Amino acid sequence: MKISRLLKTIFMIDFVTGLLIAIKETFKPKKTINYPFEKGSLGTRSRGEHALRRYPNGEERCIACKLCEAVCPAQAITIESKERDDGSRKTVRYDIDMLKCIYCGLCEESCPVDAIVQGPNFEFATESREELYYTKEKLLENGDRWENILAANIKADSSHR
Amino acid sequence: MDSYFSILLTEVYKILFLLVPVLVSVAMIVWLDRRVWAFVQKRRGPNVVGPFGLLQSLADALKYIFKEIIIPASSNKLVFVLAPVVTMTLALISWAVIPFGEDFVLADINVGILYLFAVSSLGVYGIIMGGWASNSKYPFLGAIRSAAQMVSYEVSIGVIIINVLLCVGSLNLSDIVLAQQNLWFIIPLFPMFVIFFISALAETNRPPFDLPEAEAELVAGYQTEYSGMMYAMFWLGEYANILLMCAMGSVLFLGGWLSPIDIFPFNVIPGPFWLIFKILFLFILFALVKATVPRYRYDQLMKLGWKIFLPFSLFYVVLTSSFLLYFDLLPGK
Repeated sequence: MKISRLLKTIFMIDFVTGLLIAIKETFKPKKTINYPFEKGSLGTRSRGEHALRRYPNGEERCIACKLCEAVCPAQAITIESKERDDGSRKTVRYDIDMLKCIYCGLCEESCPVDAIVQGPNFEFATESREELYYTKEKLLENGDRWENILAANIKADSSHR
Repeated sequence: MDSYFSILLTEVYKILFLLVPVLVSVAMIVWLDRRVWAFVQKRRGPNVVGPFGLLQSLADALKYIFKEIIIPASSNKLVFVLAPVVTMTLALISWAVIPFGEDFVLADINVGILYLFAVSSLGVYGIIMGGWASNSKYPFLGAIRSAAQMVSYEVSIGVIIINVLLCVGSLNLSDIVLAQQNLWFIIPLFPMFVIFFISALAETNRPPFDLPEAEAELVAGYQTEYSGMMYAMFWLGEYANILLMCAMGSVLFLGGWLSPIDIFPFNVIPGPFWLIFKILFLFILFALVKATVPRYRYDQLMKLGWKIFLPFSLFYVVLTSSFLLYFDLLPGK
């Protein structure tokens, strides 16, 4: 071992330098955000909580083609459909088990009418499992609540589809 | 009978007066540790519960209390339950001899430093018991590592204490502090202070010597099978031990309750505050080391303890004693 290296070890130069750097870093501005009070930005393709969208006239977009049900790798989606009085095919049941869902975004991709989408909301923790078995009503309500952002996201992303 | 009860009551009162602040400061110190760690990494750390997140530890403790205690079916149940109790009790009883000021100590026994040393040696029992009684691989390996590590570094701490005792001439902790009135022992015994600090890190299983609970290899070491309040007791005992090591360091080397200079603005601050400042200073150093230094390998740890620290501190004993003898500075003459 070289003498300089030995002296470095004995006087713990590396250790002291590290400690001084640590103290210096302590006073620098923080790199993380103060999460629950301030939030980071999300991309237009962020895949959060699901929502079922409507047309501007209030008609549900979903045509019960069951592509999403077929493509879902976790088999989290359950759909039952029925012919309505005006002859159009609509869902009577559209359930998503959010506990099974892996948030892969395949349902959104497969949808021919942009009905099922994944919105920007990722803060939907609940206190019981039952609350995470989403029904059609819940999903439509989500769609109504997030419609502005959802429509803007789809529009922004349309040139890449 | 009446006087017996009154003596008992005053003693219980005194003990509570010591233990409650210690337990509260243990909770605060956990918060401080996490906060310093976060600040070095430019994070924010716990800052939501209470002002500056000060109540985070209380929230954590509450969570632990309400969690289920799981006792493994194949464990030795009595020893398993006893282990955290032993750890925590041993971490707390050693506070009895720490002097917070002149005549401000729970038990002013004349072999205080030996008592401290004995109790901190016993501390390894809690860990071995926990690791062995869990009857599972990781806790057992963690306990073996911990036992070897704590015993090795205990030896060098013992030799370091001999250095201090040579300069004091008494085993009483108050005497040790009073002997530093003119010169803190950190100045003549600086190398010993450094070695004491590093050994204290190893003794309390702190990073960079946290091999007993190295989560990459051993899940959580001897604590793996523990849950709920029993886990929290291990955790409390561990931090009480760290605090105790800081207190020991400040009593042995940093002049305990004494103010740094005996002039006006400093000497009006009461002694206990000085001790607390010194403990906090050492603890922040502990936390900074945790944030900067990577974990040692096991053989490096053993090599450091037995082949470097032990011979060096023994050599320093010879040096100190010959110095004292040559310049006729031996105490008690």
